[in-house]
Amino acid sequence: MSIRVERLSKSFSAYPALNDVSLSVDAGEFVALLGPSGSGKTTLLRILAGLETPECGTVWFDRRDVTFDGPASRGIGFVFQQYALFGHMSVAGNIAFGLEVMPRGSRPPKLEIARRVDQLLELVQLSGLGKRYPSQLSGGQRQRVALARALARQPRILLLDEPFGALDAKVRRELRGALRQIHDELGLTSIFVTHDQEEAFALADRVALLNEGRIEQFAAPAEVQRQPASDFVTSFIE
Amino acid sequence: MSAGLREPLPVRAILVIAALVYVFVMLLLPLGAVMFEALRKGWPVWLAAVSQGDARASIGLTLLVAAISVPLNTIFGVACAWAIAKFQFRGKALLTALIELPFSVSPVVSGLVFVLLFGAQGWLGPWLEAHDIRIIFALPGLVLATLFVTFPFVARQLIPLMTAQGSASEEAALTLGASGWQAFWRVTLPNIRFGLLYGVLLCNARAMGEFGAVSVVSGHIRGETNTMPLQVEALYNDYDFVGAFAVASLLALLALVTLALKSALEWKHRDELAAGH
Repeated sequence: MSIRVERLSKSFSAYPALNDVSLSVDAGEFVALLGPSGSGKTTLLRILAGLETPECGTVWFDRRDVTFDGPASRGIGFVFQQYALFGHMSVAGNIAFGLEVMPRGSRPPKLEIARRVDQLLELVQLSGLGKRYPSQLSGGQRQRVALARALARQPRILLLDEPFGALDAKVRRELRGALRQIHDELGLTSIFVTHDQEEAFALADRVALLNEGRIEQFAAPAEVQRQPASDFVTSFIE
Repeated sequence: MSAGLREPLPVRAILVIAALVYVFVMLLLPLGAVMFEALRKGWPVWLAAVSQGDARASIGLTLLVAAISVPLNTIFGVACAWAIAKFQFRGKALLTALIELPFSVSPVVSGLVFVLLFGAQGWLGPWLEAHDIRIIFALPGLVLATLFVTFPFVARQLIPLMTAQGSASEEAALTLGASGWQAFWRVTLPNIRFGLLYGVLLCNARAMGEFGAVSVVSGHIRGETNTMPLQVEALYNDYDFVGAFAVASLLALLALVTLALKSALEWKHRDELAAGH
């Protein structure tokens, strides 16, 4: 599913978090939002998720205007920075959550939900850990649970906020590979936020560089490196 | 103990002994005295004292007042804590301060406020009389005064907890397709369940034990508007010491049960509490 944002602006109290931002992401693309903290990248991601409302501008998913739709009705999967797993639910309970809150008419039967949970556990390579609780998992495993949970309702769009931020380098590399593979396998359109340019360049098809609420450059990693569009980009990627 | 905190032995011993003596004299001794006095003339006399008509009525009334005010303050406490912890709005600081108000106002004043509003000489007195509605010197007044005094317990317990937890879990629930209501029941409530339980237990203990505010609005009609604390006072003033201490011992027992419940819950769920949820 393609994503298009037109002239988005949003400010928090006095300072502008996003300033007239436009961006167009093709279906199936894997895009990184890269920038220093305070550059507006997380705000942009949260607006795409429906967790924030822009002051002006429009968000399109394919031909549908979703600017004022709530997060529940957008058909997205969202992976939070600290995962935001439900501590009082088992891993299986966390993953099944999205299916169990569906209205009675469209909710799959219990057995079907259990089967989906097993499939998702397999997809993120956590088979057999469904009965554990989040507090009994390592950081990398929690991150995989968060990913599986976000995919339970088969979203077409996956949004990730600093998905590898809290992990050590080795786990990070493993998970990166796994995420890219899942993205390709499921034909998702994915956008992730990061402040780590090495990660953005290694993983994304295209990278949007943000600074002070504006997009400085939006291009493939190779092009950003070959032709930085501004002084900010040059200094940020060196 | 860390090296920086290595006090000399005498200092430690003095501190520990002082704390123990203080707890014994101020907390255990009075409680023990109540129990001792209540049972001085033996179990049968105690039993007769607490099952006597007016005493029974006071126990029933106390339980009824608590059964009405604790659920109400639980619901409003959760609503207030939710609003303060999860939203930004004008007047938030004022609301936070107002929640504490009943703690800083003398209970007698809290009671008088309701007499001023609903009493025979009060603002709404004539209207209430014309419609034959009794609030003061009746159950509604007792409930109102109790509600006022016990309002902060649940909210105060939850505000720091919910503020610390932030909104990430609720946001996660929303992005997974949950409605606001589902997010509340399936995510928020389980996250705050221990804090909520403590708040409810403390609220209940105070609702049953409140004297000052209730005393002002009660009218002290024995067998009708005397709650347990008021009944204790009435019996004591009659020089019926055994009766007074017998009812008092029941009240103390309620407090001990509350404390035991709280400790048991803390112990049973110590792993979860240590893990921070």
